[in-house]
Amino acid sequence: MSQDIYVVIEHLRGQIADISYVLCAAARQLAAASGGQVVGVLLGHNVQNLAQDVAVDRLLVMDDPRLADFIPDVYQQALAGLIGAQAPRVVLFGDTSIGAELAGGLSVQLGWPLVSYCRSVRTDDGRLMYISQLCGGKVMAEGEIPAPHALVAMVPGGFQAEQGKGTQPPPVETVAPAAPAGGRITLKQYIEPESGDVDISKEAILVSVGRGIQNADNIEMVRELAEAMGGVVSASRPVVDQGWLPTTRLVGKSGKRVKPRLYLALGISGAPEHAEAITDSQTIIAVNTDASAPIFDIARYGTTLDLFELVPVLTEKVRQAKH
Amino acid sequence: MHIVVPVKLVPDLVEELVIDPSGTALDPDTVRLQLNEFDGHAIEQAILLKERGGGHVTVLAPDLEGVDDVLYTAAAKGADRLIKLCDSFGQAVNNHAMARAVAEVIKPLQPDLVLTGVQSHSDLDGSMGPLLAGYLGLPYVGYVAGVTIGAGHATVRKEYPGGLAAELDVVLPAVLGIQAADQPPRYVAFSRIRQAMKTATIEEQTVAMLDTGGGPAVARMYKPEVAARATMLDGKPDEVADKLVALFREMGVL
Repeated sequence: MSQDIYVVIEHLRGQIADISYVLCAAARQLAAASGGQVVGVLLGHNVQNLAQDVAVDRLLVMDDPRLADFIPDVYQQALAGLIGAQAPRVVLFGDTSIGAELAGGLSVQLGWPLVSYCRSVRTDDGRLMYISQLCGGKVMAEGEIPAPHALVAMVPGGFQAEQGKGTQPPPVETVAPAAPAGGRITLKQYIEPESGDVDISKEAILVSVGRGIQNADNIEMVRELAEAMGGVVSASRPVVDQGWLPTTRLVGKSGKRVKPRLYLALGISGAPEHAEAITDSQTIIAVNTDASAPIFDIARYGTTLDLFELVPVLTEKVRQAKH
Repeated sequence: MHIVVPVKLVPDLVEELVIDPSGTALDPDTVRLQLNEFDGHAIEQAILLKERGGGHVTVLAPDLEGVDDVLYTAAAKGADRLIKLCDSFGQAVNNHAMARAVAEVIKPLQPDLVLTGVQSHSDLDGSMGPLLAGYLGLPYVGYVAGVTIGAGHATVRKEYPGGLAAELDVVLPAVLGIQAADQPPRYVAFSRIRQAMKTATIEEQTVAMLDTGGGPAVARMYKPEVAARATMLDGKPDEVADKLVALFREMGVL
C-alpha cells in the first residue's frame, strides 16, 4: 500500500490523449497532500518513447503485443494485476470511451470505490476531495475521495492540459504484464472517420444546432443562415444521433473539437462534453429559450429568443448586409 | 436471443433543479424523473435486433415515479416482458447498489445480451454497464453505436474521440453500453401505449437490501458558480438580429 497517485495514460494510435495531461495535473495536486509520488501507467506495444512529456515522477510501462490496441477486457486484467499489487492511494482515469469502462470494471473487480464525472480535485486539511459535475453540468457534487483506495474518472475542464506536461522525460520502469487474460473481446478493424465532407475543426464560422431544432426539416433553415454567413452547419450529439446530420458535423466527445472565429449555438444546452469541445472558439453566441442553460455560462453573447423566430429574420438581415 | 435492458430514471434537466436543505442531494419533491436518454437508445437497439433476428426483449426499471409509463412505452415499441424492481429507492441509491440489485434479477433470466445506456448524467459512481458486467462476470464494451449478432458473438462499433471507431467482436453473453442505436428511438402513438397498458403486465420483483458501498459520499451539492455569463441581447427578433449583424461586423465575419 502506498500514498502514490497513479495516472492511467490514455493513448490512441500513437497519440497521447489530452485528458492524460489533465490527469497528471490533478494527480500532482493530490500527491502533494497524500505525500506520495505521481506515477504514470502506460499500456501498449512499442510505446517506450510515447509518453516523454507527461508530468509524472516515474512511468510504469507495460509493453506487450497483446496490449497494442485497446481491448477492454485485456487492459482491465493487466491493470487489475498491477493496481492490486501496488495498492496506490488513488488511480486516475479519463472519463472517456477508454477510461470509463476500465474504471467501472476495476471498481467491481478490485472492490475499490469509484468517483465519476470528476472535474477537479482539491485538498482540505490533508483530505483528498473530488468535485464532480452532474446533471449535464447544472449541479456540482463534492466530497472526500474514499480511503484507503479509490478510482477516479475525470472529465476535462478543471485543469489545463499544459499543467500536466513535464519538461523532461520521466524515468521509465518496465513492468511485465501478468499474462493479460481476456479473449472474449477481439478487435476486427478500425473504422476511419468519414471523409469527403467539410472539416468542421478548420471552419471559421460554425452555425451549430442542438436538440432545440426539434426535427430534421428545420435543419434547412439553419443551413440557409450558415450559407448566408459563409459558414457551415455543425451539431451537438442529439442531432447526430437522430440522423439529422452526419457524424462529420458532430462537435463534442465522439466528434471534433472546434476553434472557429464565431460559434453560433442554436438550441444547444451546453452539456459539459459539448462545452469543452468549443472552448477554443473566439466568440460563442448562444440562442436558447432556457435562460438557465449552461451554454450561457461560456457564451460571450446570448439571447433567449425562440430560434425559429430569430433565424429567418437574421438570415434575411445577413443577406442584406452583404449587399 | 434473449435481450435484457435495465434502465434508469434520471432528473429531467429542463426542470429547475433544487438542492435539498441538507445541501447534499437534489430535492426529490422537485425533481421530475424521465427515462435516461441513452437507455432509450438501448431499448431501441434491443427492439431492432429482435425485429431483425427474432428474440425476446425484457425491460427492467426501478419502481420510481413514472416507471409504469416508461415500461408500457417499451411494450408498445415491442418489449415482451416488463419487470419493476421494488424497494424504497431514494436518493441514496447509487449505481453500484443498483447494479448489484439488477445483477441478481438478471442472473436467473440467463440473457444472451444485456444492453444499457452508455451513461446517464447522474452517474456519480460510474455508469451502470461496466458495473453490471463486473457483477455478472460478463465482458463489457461501451460507447457502442451499431450492433449486429453473429453465431455466439456480437459485432459492435465502438466510438472513440475525433470520429474514429473500432469494430470489435464480443463473445456472448455480454453487456454493451449503447451510445446510439442503429436508428433513432422510434416514436409510438399514445393510443398504442394505452393499448399496451391494457394488454401488457408489469411484474414486480423485490430486490434485496441495497448496499451503497462502492460509491463516494457527497459532502456538498451546489449549483456551479459562474465566472462570467453571456451579455444578453434583448428585444424583438428583428432588433436582436440587428444587434447580431452589428456584432458579426465587429468580429469581421461579415
